[in-house]
Amino acid sequence: MSDSDFEQIKKLQQERNAAAAAKSGSRSFDPANQRSDNSTKAKLGEIWDTDLYERNTGDKFAGYHTTLPAADGDDEEMEDADSGRRLVGQYTATRAQIDEFARGDGVEEDDPLAGRGEKSNRITDRETDYQKRRFDRVLTPTRADPFAANRQAGATDEGESYREIMERRELEREEERVRRAIEQKMKEGGPVEEHQPTLQDSGNKENEEAGSTEAAAGRKRKKRWDVASTDDATPAPEPKKRSRWDQAPSVPAPGAPGAEPKKRSRWDQAPSATPVGNVGLATPMHPTQTAVVPPAFGADAAGRYAPLSDEELDAMLPGPEQGYKILEPPPGYAPVRAPAHKLMQAPAPTTGFMMQDPDSGRMTGQQVPKEIPGVGDLQFFKPEDMAYFGKLTDGADEESLSVEELKERKIMRLLLKVKNGTPPMRKTALRQLTDNARNFGAGPLFNQILPLLMEKTLEDQERHLLVKVIDRILYKLDDMVRPYVHKILVVIEPLLIDQDYYARVEGREIISNLSKAAGLATMISVMRPDIDHVDEYVRNTTARAFAVVASALGIPALLPFLRAVCRSKKSWQARHTGVKIVQQIPILMGCAVLPHLKQLVDCIGPNLNDEQTKVRTVTSLAIAALAEASNPYGIESFDDILNPLWTGARKQRGKGLAGFLKAVGYIIPLMDEDYANYYTSQIMEILLREFASPDEEMKKVVLKVISQCAATDGVTAGYLKEHVLDEFFKSFWVRRMALDKRNYRQVVETTVDIGQKVGVSEILERIVANLKDESEAYRKMTVETVEKIVASLGAADIGERLEERLIDGILHAFQEQSVEDIVMLNGFGSVVNALGTRCKPYLPQIVSTILWRLNNKSATVRQQAADLISRIAMVMKQCGEDALMGKLGIVLYEYLGEEYPEVLGSILGALRSIVTVVGISQMQPPIKDLLPRLTPILRNRHEKVQENTIDLVGRIADRGPESVNAREWMRICFELLDMLKAHKKGIRRAANNTFGFIAKAIGPQDVLATLLNNLRVQERQSRVNTAVAIGIVAETCAPFTVLPALMNEYRVPELNVQNGVLKSLSFLFEYIGEMAKDYVYAVTPLLEDALIDRDQVHRQTAASVVKHIALGVVGLGCEDAMVHLLNLLYPNLFETSPHVIDRIVEAIEAIRMAVGPGLVLNYVWAGLFHPARKVRTPYWRLYNDAYVQCADAMVPYYPNLIEEGIDRTELAIVL
Amino acid sequence: MADKLRTQQELERLQAKYIGTGHPDTTSWEWKTNIHRDTYSSIVGHPPLLSYIALAENEPAAKVRARLIRKMLQPMGPPPPREGEEPMLVDRKADA
Repeated sequence: MSDSDFEQIKKLQQERNAAAAAKSGSRSFDPANQRSDNSTKAKLGEIWDTDLYERNTGDKFAGYHTTLPAADGDDEEMEDADSGRRLVGQYTATRAQIDEFARGDGVEEDDPLAGRGEKSNRITDRETDYQKRRFDRVLTPTRADPFAANRQAGATDEGESYREIMERRELEREEERVRRAIEQKMKEGGPVEEHQPTLQDSGNKENEEAGSTEAAAGRKRKKRWDVASTDDATPAPEPKKRSRWDQAPSVPAPGAPGAEPKKRSRWDQAPSATPVGNVGLATPMHPTQTAVVPPAFGADAAGRYAPLSDEELDAMLPGPEQGYKILEPPPGYAPVRAPAHKLMQAPAPTTGFMMQDPDSGRMTGQQVPKEIPGVGDLQFFKPEDMAYFGKLTDGADEESLSVEELKERKIMRLLLKVKNGTPPMRKTALRQLTDNARNFGAGPLFNQILPLLMEKTLEDQERHLLVKVIDRILYKLDDMVRPYVHKILVVIEPLLIDQDYYARVEGREIISNLSKAAGLATMISVMRPDIDHVDEYVRNTTARAFAVVASALGIPALLPFLRAVCRSKKSWQARHTGVKIVQQIPILMGCAVLPHLKQLVDCIGPNLNDEQTKVRTVTSLAIAALAEASNPYGIESFDDILNPLWTGARKQRGKGLAGFLKAVGYIIPLMDEDYANYYTSQIMEILLREFASPDEEMKKVVLKVISQCAATDGVTAGYLKEHVLDEFFKSFWVRRMALDKRNYRQVVETTVDIGQKVGVSEILERIVANLKDESEAYRKMTVETVEKIVASLGAADIGERLEERLIDGILHAFQEQSVEDIVMLNGFGSVVNALGTRCKPYLPQIVSTILWRLNNKSATVRQQAADLISRIAMVMKQCGEDALMGKLGIVLYEYLGEEYPEVLGSILGALRSIVTVVGISQMQPPIKDLLPRLTPILRNRHEKVQENTIDLVGRIADRGPESVNAREWMRICFELLDMLKAHKKGIRRAANNTFGFIAKAIGPQDVLATLLNNLRVQERQSRVNTAVAIGIVAETCAPFTVLPALMNEYRVPELNVQNGVLKSLSFLFEYIGEMAKDYVYAVTPLLEDALIDRDQVHRQTAASVVKHIALGVVGLGCEDAMVHLLNLLYPNLFETSPHVIDRIVEAIEAIRMAVGPGLVLNYVWAGLFHPARKVRTPYWRLYNDAYVQCADAMVPYYPNLIEEGIDRTELAIVL
Repeated sequence: MADKLRTQQELERLQAKYIGTGHPDTTSWEWKTNIHRDTYSSIVGHPPLLSYIALAENEPAAKVRARLIRKMLQPMGPPPPREGEEPMLVDRKADA
């Protein structure tokens, strides 16, 4: 391409730019420098508005009121406006402001931005409101274990029984119903329809004979599982009135059985055995969770409730002078730890301004301690931790404590170490907890761990560690966990819906271990009450947990239960949850559901016709999940439900329909071709109708179903073209779809899937015009689709006219991007590569665009242009555009002064790809000019730059080292030494290889001298890499050029250097392999010396040299030298440092390979039965290694056992 | 500490996989038993070696094979009695 050509193109491009600028109008196009306003900001014009407000109709006032309201009294009746006349105008804050100040919402109590920073690890900060509902759950009281092996029938057990729990659930449901009714009444003001109270009247026949659980075995009548046994004593509820019965069950307060709570004076609170604060129902809080830290007065509400000091009491109450007397506390009195309320927050650290009052006793109150006695230095200690671990700081005398208290403190200390300690502390503490788990007992352990997990400020790391503790102790406790299963589930279940994948996996693991430890019966009896819980959150998490139980204990074990739940007559919630369990099982287990597919489908089949929409929907989703997991097998299992599914799909509307369509969409791919075809045509009517649906969920489902149908064998391209394509493009290829991320993705995927069937051109014809659309997001969506289709199907199908439009469009889209996007780059690259030589006519235009953009003032534009060169270099070569590439090369060369490292990296990458395709000799600019420019760039510290330069330099050193003189190469060598310190492995590797190429080009002497000098540097990383480089040089230039200098260097009396030499020898022998046989005898004296050195690292490195030599010379006749080295190695067998002993054993093993097991085993027999265990241990290690590697070869070499009369005579037979 | 535990676990895994491997507390009886079993199974597993022995003993290879396999049963006799246990007697004639 001559210069005149180039000018021609330049002119054409200028004209195009001008035209484009005139057309788009809004951008400031400057003909002088041929640039338009290249700021990356989007234009705030009409288009942007349209984008922003997702408007695709012409009328931008759609949705607004166009007329003023005339009659309806919307604004007259302001509820809180007072109607009286005022003489003075009142100006007041809005309701929201008043509320905010009144309640301190968002100001004092919780700062919405607190912990929102990048560094926040708090789990609560990233949870959705739904996930936060886990705080609504409470740790239920410990439960009785009806399955305990040694349980006597009739013996009372501690903890709640199944019956009590079911009763409580009933109560909760009734409460919920009443609450709803009241709400409804409040809202509507009118009378509410009479609800049936959900609680059964007493006198229920079934319940009269309901014994306790352990009597179940001997019971004659089979009870329905879903009818809870209500206690006969429960009074019949009054449906309308909230009376006393629903406030609390008749669980008496400890210490005051059945009595009305007495008015309490300060001292009548006897220390209760259980730390339960609010009786019975609520969480037994952490025994130590007390308000221990009184913060500064007035800073926090909690401060008000701090205990009053004696002085304050003296000031407030009348004293002895008024005739009163201060009583001594009765003997044996211990202050009650204030019952910590669930919602009470741990006192926040004081922030903001506060008056420093040195006299106040409160001010000097307990602070967060720096160190907890008996724990040591922690990594951190949060104020919230004080609530749990404060007890450790009270300085109580350990001598005076009871065993239980000591145990409690021990656990607390260990937990604190695990949670907040340094890794080594954590490890030992965890070990102790695990080992002593059975001694501590399940109760004390879980009573401390579980409240910690409910803490609001818990961080990821802490949760992970605590969960790990639970995991470990579960193994040890085994069936002792049974009473605590529900509590554990309450804290673990939320993990199943965490955003973090690893948290989910962790949760699953715990629940699966838990179910293995507690057994199916316990799991079912514990989780059963939650299945029809009033709270949807609880039901949802329970369903997921049940699915985990199913995967742990096997689906068949759970099937009878599932069948019963799914047919529950009593509550639709139970059915819903049951189906949901079935839905979660395939999601969790994948194709492992196949053996039980039929049963699972049968189990939920009837629910397709459930009276509740929600149940129907979840059933269809469950079927979809089952079909997805079993793809491509198992269609016969779905036979029975096909009909209900189909009729259902026709009958349903809205959300229900979406589920049914999804199910159908997943079942169709399982079918035979004919059926698939038939059913697709059936379902397509509905799909086409739903194309127009405004519901996002429905859109997603429709797209998914379409793409699945399109991928099925039975659906032909002809059918799709005829029936689907037009409608599809009309409904989904609209600008609005490009704005929502999820829709965007779905549309692109579906279009690509259809494209797989109908071919490239069919799709491209329809969308290519969009490449010039005015909406950028829409263009991007088009480019992405084009890229995916073209990359997978090629461009052979594309006609000449389409090809022109495609290139034109994609160039337009590329030039018009306001934000540089990798999608555009990929799209451009894929299209050009797919078209291959057909691109030739367009290359000048493309190149001129690139040149244009290379000159842009925005860095990202330049970077993208350079990246594009690397993508299309290959195609340019194929098209024979060498001159054009030369031009590009020169331009890139001129841009080597680029200041942005990212851009510079891309420019270097582009140069490299040009060098790769045109070859060293044809390269423009010539290598001898290019390389000196690269030398200073090698010093650049940016990783991308380093990687690309070293790649380019390496390539030049490999292919055309002669184009540069030796001095320049040496200079590069020095620069390369620094690269050996790079963090990225790729860079270090490339640098090492380049050393090899350079050494080959200019001879090893100079390079070697440089490298040997580098062995003296301090950094280990650098020395190791130098050693590697020496090994590489030896490999590329034959070992004899390197070994003499290297061995000479060993004489330097400096440990670092000698170690470095040994290390290089190790790499050297590793790389040269069999070549080593010629050098074994040369290096043996050196190794002798090294193996008897005092320094053990020295011996260790020498051992690794021996290992590599020995492995190199297997079967090459160097056995004598190897045995000699073995003799020197063998005394090192008793080293204790793990690194040293590992290297020594490896070396001995390598020698065993070289000289055969017989000889080496002769050394081993001596110590196998040595009286000292310390001796036997390493010998058995050697024996085991030999046995694993060559047991068969050892047979002839086992010792003779003639004297014991048990010789293996068969081996002595000679014929 | 952790390393010790790990090596312990590794050893246990190794032993589950290879019965012939040992540890510092392996008794000589166990070791010798393993030696014999390994020897016989090696001979049986190499047909040329088996036919060599069969030729030398002038017996059919199948018989030699069966004999060798039978010999693998307690080649070292019954395990040595532990303290407080009666020695277990196995009638080896019946096997042969």
